Amino acid sequence: MARLQLAGITKRYGDFKATDDISLDVADGEFVVLLGPSGCGKTTTLRIVAGFIDPTAGSVRLGERDITALPPWKRNAGLVFQSYALFPHVTVAENVAFGLEMRKVPKAEIAPKVAEALRLVRLEQLSDRLPRQLSGGQQQRVALARALVFRPDVLLLDEPLSNLDAKLRQDVRVEIRELQRKLGLTTVMVTHDQEEALTMADRLVVMSEGRIRQVGSQQDLYERPADMFVADFVGRSTFIDGRMDGAGRFVSAGGLVVASEGTGTGPASLALRPERLALMSNAAPAMDNNFPGSVEFISYLGSQVDLHVRLSPQERVIVQIQNRPEQPLPAIGEQVRVGWSKSTGRVFAS
Amino acid sequence: MRGDLTVLSARVSSRLVGRVALRAAATLSLAYILLPMVFVIWLAFFAQEIPSFPPEGYSLKWFRLVPNNDRFVSGFLLSLQIAVIATAIGLAIGVPAAVCVVRGRFTGREALNNLLLLPLIVPGIVLGIALYVFHVETEIHTGLPILGSLGGLIAGHVLLVIPWTVRLVTASLVGMDRAVEEAAQSLGADRLTTFRRVTVPAILPGIVAASLFGFIASFGNLEMSLFLVGPGRTTLPIAILQYLEWKIDPTIAAVSVLQIVFIGGIMLLTDRFVKIGRVV
Repeated sequence: MARLQLAGITKRYGDFKATDDISLDVADGEFVVLLGPSGCGKTTTLRIVAGFIDPTAGSVRLGERDITALPPWKRNAGLVFQSYALFPHVTVAENVAFGLEMRKVPKAEIAPKVAEALRLVRLEQLSDRLPRQLSGGQQQRVALARALVFRPDVLLLDEPLSNLDAKLRQDVRVEIRELQRKLGLTTVMVTHDQEEALTMADRLVVMSEGRIRQVGSQQDLYERPADMFVADFVGRSTFIDGRMDGAGRFVSAGGLVVASEGTGTGPASLALRPERLALMSNAAPAMDNNFPGSVEFISYLGSQVDLHVRLSPQERVIVQIQNRPEQPLPAIGEQVRVGWSKSTGRVFAS
Repeated sequence: MRGDLTVLSARVSSRLVGRVALRAAATLSLAYILLPMVFVIWLAFFAQEIPSFPPEGYSLKWFRLVPNNDRFVSGFLLSLQIAVIATAIGLAIGVPAAVCVVRGRFTGREALNNLLLLPLIVPGIVLGIALYVFHVETEIHTGLPILGSLGGLIAGHVLLVIPWTVRLVTASLVGMDRAVEEAAQSLGADRLTTFRRVTVPAILPGIVAASLFGFIASFGNLEMSLFLVGPGRTTLPIAILQYLEWKIDPTIAAVSVLQIVFIGGIMLLTDRFVKIGRVV
């Protein structure tokens, strides 16, 4: 295992920049997830690390080596593809043995190593099967064993779970994460699924339009999003347009005066997390912000309920409340009061 | 309620009509393809020398005559030799060419692809004349004995094989998951090893089908070969044609039956190892 360093990675196709000045340092044994919508450059970045795309500028270091100019077969990176990409014409064991064969490992040592790798992914009893005789989840584990067996310096996972059904995905997440910890694998995973990213990563890299928007822990991204894109992409936010009117005072386009943390003056947007807003009973203690509104739409999600509440002709927010039997749900058209503390809203200059 | 039933029964009957029409069309097409073959095979067993209906009796004597006819035997051997060599050369050119056309990113890729498929479009007789003139001119200018040579004949047949190899191997390559090759490379295989260990096994059905069709195209070719054979060098289709100029008796039918059995046998044998049905 080794440390992975990307420095100023840019890939240009004509005028289009698929990745724009990506710099990232992945520590030895760290699990980093590149998260972003499709076309954000996360897969390009991964393929540059794997060696399938030459960057226009920048360098990739793996451990002590500069691997920028090396072909994929000299990089010692274990890669797991979205489609698993198993060799269809050979058995599971032969699939796993391939990387060892390429490294000229003596035949006598290959079999025990393959057996061990298959044991790690709990497939030792299926070693003589062909890939097409396995389920999607099993194929995925073979792909993982194949990428691990030769002790790669870095493990690269390209949307490894997106072809699995939802139930299985939850289990495999945990499985991959535990295996990665146990073996101390430096890992980079690419995904567009924020839940997957949040549950698996040590650290997340949010990307859009070829650039890194924010790097940080789950809490960093959720509590302190660097910009509107991150506030919207990680978790949920409703945005209210308006302007900052001096320190701590945000005035919405519809004329609501909102107490919020933030300084300066000028056009800005206020991001509010639906789960941080509350419905106020008349008896409740006053909060920093407290606005009347009418319920316009209700979406019932089971354990939670989303209320879409109009605060002014221009502003509507989503309030997520816990669904509890002792608290009757408001009806559409009902007047309610919505409250939130000063520290809840995040202001982004626009 | 009655109205509903009428609609329902109308729908059922129209579906029935559709199914019957489909069956009829399928049967008709199949008959159209198979009938000539059935007649040739039937004819081969007629006892009388002049083919006429109804048969006056049945006999195997025509089949006995075939191996005693030197022209048929040597024609078969020559056709076999040419088809095998031309197929091998055609594969050696066609497979790399297909890889280039599918994987390459260069200008003129589409043009190259069309060029490689061209011999399939040009009528065989035109191809024959063109090659004949080319051989004559080349021989005049270089003095090399090309005209009527075995080499010239094989070179012509390679042209017949190339479009088949390019087409079928291209189809296999297009249908292949690129990620499998990338997986091999990430596991430590260089380009050549990847091609040998991963790409070739994946496109093998295409290669086998290509060899088969290339072989058949070469083996059965008459019109181009007519221009390229030299004195004393007669392929099986030409031997059949020459025989027909003098005689029409069931020997020809017997030769055809043997040819059908031969090619059919190769197809069945190949299909046991590689399911070419998935490719073609």
